[in-house]
Amino acid sequence: MRPLTVKRLLWTCGALAAVLLACVVLALKLGAVPISVTDLVVNLGRVAVGQSDQLPTEYRLIVFDLRLPRILLGILVGAALSVAGASFQALLRNPLADPFVLGVSSGAALGSILALIVAPQIAVLGPLGAFLGAIATITAVYFLGRRDGQLDSTTLLLGGIITASFLSAIIMFLMTTLAGRDLRGMVFWLMGDLSTPVPAGLRWIFTVGLLASIGAIYSTAADLNLLLTGEREAIHLGVDVTRVKLVVYVSASLLTALAVSASGAIGYVGLLVPHAVRLLFGSDYRLLIPASALGGAIAIVLADTLARTVVAPTELPVGAMTAMAGAPIFIYLLRRGMR
Amino acid sequence: MSTRKISTQTLDESRQGVRTERLNVEQASYAYSASAQSAPTFTLGATSFQAHERELVAILGPNASGKSTLLRLISGTIAPLSGRVELDGEETSRLDVRTRAQRIAVVHQESTALYPATGGDFVLQGRHPYGRALRFANKEDIEIARNALAQVGAEHLSRRSIRELSGGEKQRVILARALAQQPRLILLDEPTLHLDIGAQVELLERLRQLAQENRYAVVVVTHELSLAAEFADQVVLLQHGRCLRVGSPAAVYQRELLEQVFEAPLDVELGPAGRPRVNLRARRSEEST
Repeated sequence: MRPLTVKRLLWTCGALAAVLLACVVLALKLGAVPISVTDLVVNLGRVAVGQSDQLPTEYRLIVFDLRLPRILLGILVGAALSVAGASFQALLRNPLADPFVLGVSSGAALGSILALIVAPQIAVLGPLGAFLGAIATITAVYFLGRRDGQLDSTTLLLGGIITASFLSAIIMFLMTTLAGRDLRGMVFWLMGDLSTPVPAGLRWIFTVGLLASIGAIYSTAADLNLLLTGEREAIHLGVDVTRVKLVVYVSASLLTALAVSASGAIGYVGLLVPHAVRLLFGSDYRLLIPASALGGAIAIVLADTLARTVVAPTELPVGAMTAMAGAPIFIYLLRRGMR
Repeated sequence: MSTRKISTQTLDESRQGVRTERLNVEQASYAYSASAQSAPTFTLGATSFQAHERELVAILGPNASGKSTLLRLISGTIAPLSGRVELDGEETSRLDVRTRAQRIAVVHQESTALYPATGGDFVLQGRHPYGRALRFANKEDIEIARNALAQVGAEHLSRRSIRELSGGEKQRVILARALAQQPRLILLDEPTLHLDIGAQVELLERLRQLAQENRYAVVVVTHELSLAAEFADQVVLLQHGRCLRVGSPAAVYQRELLEQVFEAPLDVELGPAGRPRVNLRARRSEEST
């Protein structure tokens, strides 16, 4: 008998964190202006010991004002989307569940676009609209998914898919009638894009909300393991199913709203990363959630680095990268897992 | 032959000496309806019976007779419309979900794991109601899970994936998880449904033995008349949501009654141990006589 131990959890997460660090260094190094690793280490060391005033100006601009914030945003967004995906998969006992399938991302995108139409000059309204849109969609899908006063997993998933396509149609309508405004920027954002930094006033709300949501989901990790064997069995094994579902549902939706408001609709991450982690480290949610968070961060940082460099100096939306890389990897993992 | 008789006698006496009542179902009833306003679509009439520790009770009846509803009432996941269901004097539906899981273990027909887990991991799930927060298994949990696997003769399955197990092996692991809950009452919903006859007999013999060793009360929902006759101390017979009889298999197994309930021509005879035996009488042979 080899149950999951704290030691194994820490070793796995430590290894993934090391990989993430390597990816961050790579992402800082690569770009329109290449920077050597030695220079990076020296200058990061200067910042670490509080000598940031000794930095060359171009370093400060490229590394600390452009690349680093973008990488940090990528880490947070990747973690949020992956944990949200893993949560929805457990909640609905459905390996296809993901924020996009459930329509939550579309709701957030629509909310953001509406805010842009109503008051394009107020930047804060964009993310706020996304958040409200996500919350409204969650609520709608939640009630669509209810049957005889109970949340029915299949009905919920169907409700989500239908809501997603309905909202996408509205977005299409708005985009077509609004042609002439900043359409390219909007298309980029819809595909998922990390180039627009989160407004300074929202950074703390974004970070704290994200960590709190991941923490709330992680506190139910042992319950989610049992929920996977079925709700009825989970109840008989002492899980307060209604409470766990509510906590995870709200937190996962919040994660999606925050991610979409910051970077648009980046697909495949919430579906792919938890699957990859499952194939590599098993399906115990106590390990799956932190490993997915780190894995999602790695995936987005790598995808965004590629998006910045493959057709440099032009940039691709990171969502296009994740979709292009995601589909073949998904098929490969699926086939390897079946063998 | 005679020694065996004596040993069962002493067993019966010792059983009667410490007959602590575990489960008390008293005039419990229930009604399902599509909504609060509409008429009930299914009702379970007032049902009463008691189960003592070390006792195996079989709930018998054809499909849609109310067996599963009665099981849900006993497990406390639904509260009776009238009457009461008590385990050691406490109403099962009023216990909080965690305490309930420490006292009542429920074994379902089938347990499907969405993602593969090993037998050992699966059995450790039975320790969930005792753990805190993330529930990393401590030494005691692992010891209990090991013992549970040993009690069902499945130590060798602890590292095998659940998905690779045969029906009988899977059933043993599921039973081991129930044992790891260290319950006072074990409920089984059609546990023999997907098992071949050898595994069915093995499971029921094991249940009897476990009830003896660990002082459980065991309630089994089944429609296997012969198995219930052979292994149950008490039988609760249901039909169309009504409780028809409660008693020992010998008292309940009357030919006309069973034929009427199960709508099949049956023969009932008393076996050498005083337990009834049920045989299906083929209609063909009836015509020829």
